[in-house]
Amino acid sequence: MAQYLTLEFLAMLIGFMLIVVGLWGMITQKNLIKIVIGFSLFDTGLNIVIVSMAYIKNSTAPIIDKAVDVSQAASKVADPVPQALVLTSIVIGLGVTALMLAYVLRMYREKKSLDINSYTDLKW
Amino acid sequence: MIKKGILLLLLVGFVAIIGSLLINFTGSNELNPLARYYAENGPAEVGAANLVTAVVVTYRGFDTLGEVTILFIAAAIVGFFLKVMNADNGRPNKLRKTSEILETASTLLVPTIFMLGVYIFVNGHLTPGGGFQGGAVIATGVMMIILAQPTSRFNHKLISVLESVSGVGFVAMGILGLILASGFLNNAFLPLGKLGSLLSAGAIPIIYVFIGIKVGSELTGILDSLKENQNEI
Amino acid sequence: MSLILAIFLGVVILVLAVTAIYHKNTKVAIIATGAVGLFASVLYLLLAAPDVALTEASIGSGLSTIIFFYVLNKIRHSND
Repeated sequence: MAQYLTLEFLAMLIGFMLIVVGLWGMITQKNLIKIVIGFSLFDTGLNIVIVSMAYIKNSTAPIIDKAVDVSQAASKVADPVPQALVLTSIVIGLGVTALMLAYVLRMYREKKSLDINSYTDLKW
Repeated sequence: MIKKGILLLLLVGFVAIIGSLLINFTGSNELNPLARYYAENGPAEVGAANLVTAVVVTYRGFDTLGEVTILFIAAAIVGFFLKVMNADNGRPNKLRKTSEILETASTLLVPTIFMLGVYIFVNGHLTPGGGFQGGAVIATGVMMIILAQPTSRFNHKLISVLESVSGVGFVAMGILGLILASGFLNNAFLPLGKLGSLLSAGAIPIIYVFIGIKVGSELTGILDSLKENQNEI
Repeated sequence: MSLILAIFLGVVILVLAVTAIYHKNTKVAIIATGAVGLFASVLYLLLAAPDVALTEASIGSGLSTIIFFYVLNKIRHSND
């Protein structure tokens, strides 16, 4: 039980719960804007999961200055590679959200309704 | 009713898979070999004090190139979609007069916000920050101008020219690294100064200036095409 | 100390996320999404990642909320 009370396990648990809430919102909501909100929550949760895998116990930020010297950099510093990937991922998440909202605007212009049940053109 | 039940079952299955991954997770006590190599040789080879900057710009430079491409495509598609809707006839809209607090505060705050954005991406190799964060702060400053004076117009040509020139500049720096140093986006063709001073880390400040201007003008373009005709869809 | 802060942040993030999905008023839902990004930025700072915290606060919490409100305004004002 004591192994589950560490900071990285708690952070990963928070991230996974955000993923589940976002996924539930995307599947069950009818309003188009709520679906895009669910996608944004999913994206935030996923980034929390990735950053929580980069944490080393009792480590500090990966920047070399007066607090962390060059010679002891390898032993006191958190993992910089997942942080670099998450930097990219957050910006791409914003781009995809903006694209989805542009689609929502066009769809609203066609049918004047924000309910997803009224778009039946692709149903069989 | 049946559909809700099936969806719930799907979600329970998903949670079970995630749970079985979560149970076996233990934190690590020391860096894995790849991160150890970056942490030990990063300051000597690249010269940047910020290790995340060293990884993003030089060690994993191709990923940054891909991200810049994706942002460019997303901004172009948003501009294309919302520009086609401009073909309708426009009704004049009645704008509410903005409050005095907003107008006065914006004349004081907007230059400070721009300076903060430029500071963030010029010092990207020394402190947390970099091109993407600085570009987002600059776009927020432009947003404040739009809110305070709703009738202001932006020059679309200037924004798209800025964006294209800085994008080409970023790729040109990469090709210069290929010609003058040993690889694409290698930053060693300018002198690596002392670790921690402003003019260190070779070509990284110049690359980040290009990325900062490009991201700032792209996000400004997206905001501007969303604002273009606020009186009609 | 950081464990207590992490548990507190977790509870707040979950309550805000459920509000964002289930509230009837769309404006409240959008603001709740922005607040989730803000608290996630504090969590990143606890996990020793200041670069990521700066990026999430400026892009995920600031610009994303602004773009949502733009689109909501356009949809609301097209009926008159």
